[in-house]
Amino acid sequence: MVMKTLSQQEFIEWADAYLRGELSSEDRLQFEAYCVANPEKAELFTQHKAFVAAMNKTEARANFKHNLNKVAQNYHKAHTPKTPTKVINLWDRLKLNAAVAAAIAIVSVFSTLWLTGYYKNLKKTTSDYSALRRDMNTVKRNVNAQNAAIKNINNEKDRETMHYGATGFMITKNGYVVTNYHVITGADSVHLQNHKGESFKAGIVYTNPEKDLAILHISDSTFKSVKNIPYTFKRDDSDMGEDVYTIGFPRDEAVYGQGYLSSSTGYAGDTLAYQISIPVNPGNSGGPLLDKDGNVIGIISGKQKGIDGAAFAIKTKALIETLNSIPADSLKGKNVVLNNKNALNNLSRTDQIKKLQDYVYIVKVY
Amino acid sequence: MQIDSGIINGIREGDNLAIQQLYQLHFPPIAKMIINNRGSREEAQDVFQETVMVLYDKITRDDFVLSSRLQTFLYAVSKRLWLKHLTRGEAKYHKDLIDNHEDSLATEEAIEDHEAIEANFTHMEDALNGLGEPCKTILRDFYIKGKSMAAICEKFGYTNTDNAKTQKYKCLQRLKKIFFKK
Repeated sequence: MVMKTLSQQEFIEWADAYLRGELSSEDRLQFEAYCVANPEKAELFTQHKAFVAAMNKTEARANFKHNLNKVAQNYHKAHTPKTPTKVINLWDRLKLNAAVAAAIAIVSVFSTLWLTGYYKNLKKTTSDYSALRRDMNTVKRNVNAQNAAIKNINNEKDRETMHYGATGFMITKNGYVVTNYHVITGADSVHLQNHKGESFKAGIVYTNPEKDLAILHISDSTFKSVKNIPYTFKRDDSDMGEDVYTIGFPRDEAVYGQGYLSSSTGYAGDTLAYQISIPVNPGNSGGPLLDKDGNVIGIISGKQKGIDGAAFAIKTKALIETLNSIPADSLKGKNVVLNNKNALNNLSRTDQIKKLQDYVYIVKVY
Repeated sequence: MQIDSGIINGIREGDNLAIQQLYQLHFPPIAKMIINNRGSREEAQDVFQETVMVLYDKITRDDFVLSSRLQTFLYAVSKRLWLKHLTRGEAKYHKDLIDNHEDSLATEEAIEDHEAIEANFTHMEDALNGLGEPCKTILRDFYIKGKSMAAICEKFGYTNTDNAKTQKYKCLQRLKKIFFKK
């Protein structure tokens, strides 16, 4: 059966039936034979087949896309971190930058601190030992420096130097005076002034930074040797609990301070010092520490910050060791002979002080 | 490899589980790559979705062979798509991507195919949508869902199958006209 006059509609119908597999095997063969016999219909069939396939694919693809969308939505709902995504995104993106910036910041901070000597200062300031020299005129100096700067903008030379005050006392009648090393470090000149207001220039004969002692000698021509020094020096260690006192210059007038020997070692277990319980202040450095009989048992040197009543005095033993180690050249023929006659022995405290205070000096350091 | 081919077969059949598995396994590294390269999570989602479509178009072709690991393929395609997104309108990206040339050639081909197919399908969808009812439903029922003419006849209330058949033929002709005209 050959149907030559098949319309296009009829042919498409037949083709659809063929494609859907609705034809019997006999009919299939017939359809194929018809296509061979009618090339233009065969072409139409190929085109139709491709078109139907495209429709199907489109549908399948659209379905897939739809499914994908649904799955994606579910997935993201389940996996999206809770809302602060903006911040987190920002952080995710800038993590590396932030890390690099932080590293640079850390390096530059510490290198700057190191370069500016912060750590050296830190070491200095974190020590809780404080030396008791008095910064006489910080405020005045600052103001003066400012005034000077205003007055002589071009004159750089006129700079006020540091100015410290402390205490010192006479150890021999020919004019040797002891004070702390930390008082006279970096001194241009040292002046001693007694309670009467007489001022003498002094030279530094010997210093012992380890023991924090400095031996001065009054070089002024107006100074006359004194007859006798009323106190003696006790070479042996004194005992804990002993009643002790000092005279010093935490201000421009002499100040008496009284207390007791509270430990036979000094700061951080220093065996060449005592711990004493006397209220001391900047300016007390270098003052004599006497026992009740008027023996010098030490030299006030410092106190511990943050601890009440923990002051320290260098033992007389250290002073004598220092005196013995002075080279003979430095003495210029004026020997150090310590007094061994105690004139304070049986006096009341007030009389002891009256006698004593002629031999205690304000040490002014310029 | 076995997981890969399992996923690929599932996707070819439109299996939701396979899509889920694909997301779980392959979305996180790609999202990370995009977020680390100035992208947001939303952009990562879009790129990944398009990547899956590229994969779909590739594997639904008859001549498909998986030449690399699925992860490698997806990563390369996503990277390419994201770069394209980043350098939109800039000519420089062709110059930039001379490195790993061979890799990117295959990827580029897959993406180009995908774009062509996408256009083609959009075209078909537009044609179908432009057809209007009842033609659209008749054609879908017959050609896609494979319903019989008798069922269609009943559904649309035609008095006899011949009427329905004529109607269906007219619809098909119109669809072909719209599709091939554009």
